[in-house]
Amino acid sequence: MTADSEFVARDPAAHPPALTPIYKTSVFRAPHRPLLSLQNSLSEVTGPAFGQHELGPLDNDLVHNYAKADGAPIGERIIVHGRVLDGSARPVSGVLVEFWQANAAGRYRHRNDNYDAPIDPNFGGCGRCLTDAEGRYAFRTVKPGPYPYRNRVNDWRPAHIHFSVFGSGFAQRLITQMYFEGDPLIRHDSILQTVTDPAAQERLVALLDLNASVPLHTLAYRWDIVLRGTRSTLFENRLQGN
Amino acid sequence: MIPHNTLGYLPETPSQTAGPYVHIGLIPKQAGFDIFENNLGETLLGPDTQGERIRIEGRIFDGTGALVRDALVEIWQADTHGRFNHPADRQDGPRDETFRGWGRTGTDFESGLWCFETIKPGRIAGRSGHHRMAPHINVWIVSRGINLGLATRLYFGDEATANAEDPVLRVIEQPDRRKTLIASHALREGRPVYTFDIRLQGEGETVFFDV
Repeated sequence: MTADSEFVARDPAAHPPALTPIYKTSVFRAPHRPLLSLQNSLSEVTGPAFGQHELGPLDNDLVHNYAKADGAPIGERIIVHGRVLDGSARPVSGVLVEFWQANAAGRYRHRNDNYDAPIDPNFGGCGRCLTDAEGRYAFRTVKPGPYPYRNRVNDWRPAHIHFSVFGSGFAQRLITQMYFEGDPLIRHDSILQTVTDPAAQERLVALLDLNASVPLHTLAYRWDIVLRGTRSTLFENRLQGN
Repeated sequence: MIPHNTLGYLPETPSQTAGPYVHIGLIPKQAGFDIFENNLGETLLGPDTQGERIRIEGRIFDGTGALVRDALVEIWQADTHGRFNHPADRQDGPRDETFRGWGRTGTDFESGLWCFETIKPGRIAGRSGHHRMAPHINVWIVSRGINLGLATRLYFGDEATANAEDPVLRVIEQPDRRKTLIASHALREGRPVYTFDIRLQGEGETVFFDV
């Protein structure tokens, strides 16, 4: 992005509202007052950039990045890949994408997770990569399992992978979750249902991508991420320095 | 897979809560394990970083007044000259090339405290036709129960003149609400510490921005 562009406003209909009683924890963590709308300043159109030298060679391979020398995580090996685009369908290149997930049994490697399912000694559950010039990201992992959580008495999370994405500016910062096509828990999930628009919910579901699979070895899922687009060539209210 | 809406624009990917285990992906040491050789965002300062070294810290409270002890906090700020480490910042003047200006941490599982060791940023150009912005640090919070990351700004309690001119603080209609963005200044063992408590909801609710 150049200095003579700024981000189009976030589309509130695309995102869950802050207060979503179906997801009970939101009730005391949702601001009651409206967000104060700001036009972009340099604080919003700028943001941190990361280099490949800051990442390790196995950072995007969750099958190997925590496995012992002679071990491998239990579970269905998968490749997850896609593109990071902006609202004008332009690739967002060179940005950091981070991901974390439960293991195949639905257990997180986290000191606060006490779900009665086994920790996998060969699975850490996190990774990261930079998008390439076409905005593509890819990583290898095992498919996470569903797990119960405290919300309603019998609430279960569908299998999902958490994603954190940086854009070119800090105002594009996004954390979200990716689900898997065909998971019967999706339609029961309170957290996915914080997004009210069914079409928007669909945008969080990865599709099986047989073409990207490795025959006789690894299935693949494809999921694209869209960040806010930029509006360029301002005639008024130009940012300082233009 | 991505349906086009009108005019060929792509609709945004919806946000989802970072959940209670956000630490695994972004600050794994707090989750309880060590996996990456390089933990991003852990330190802002290097030996050559220019500017006044400060500590900023605070806690986050929910609508019942309870501590939010599982939040992730990220900051993004200008250097001591008021310059961002980014090509879109075309202000004139020197820039500290050694300073990225970005950090992340988690609120402590017991005390609820978050903190950063950083430098105090300089004043920054405002939008054209506006005053310069006062020194400030952009703060972004995600956690379980927060469906879309919350953006706010930390301003400095000992910058009354600059704060009074700040074009963003001035947009806040109620003067009392402006105070929710002002970190209090104190010296601890001779070093400046700014305390910035964040209230997600209710009395004294912090001003959050749609940016």
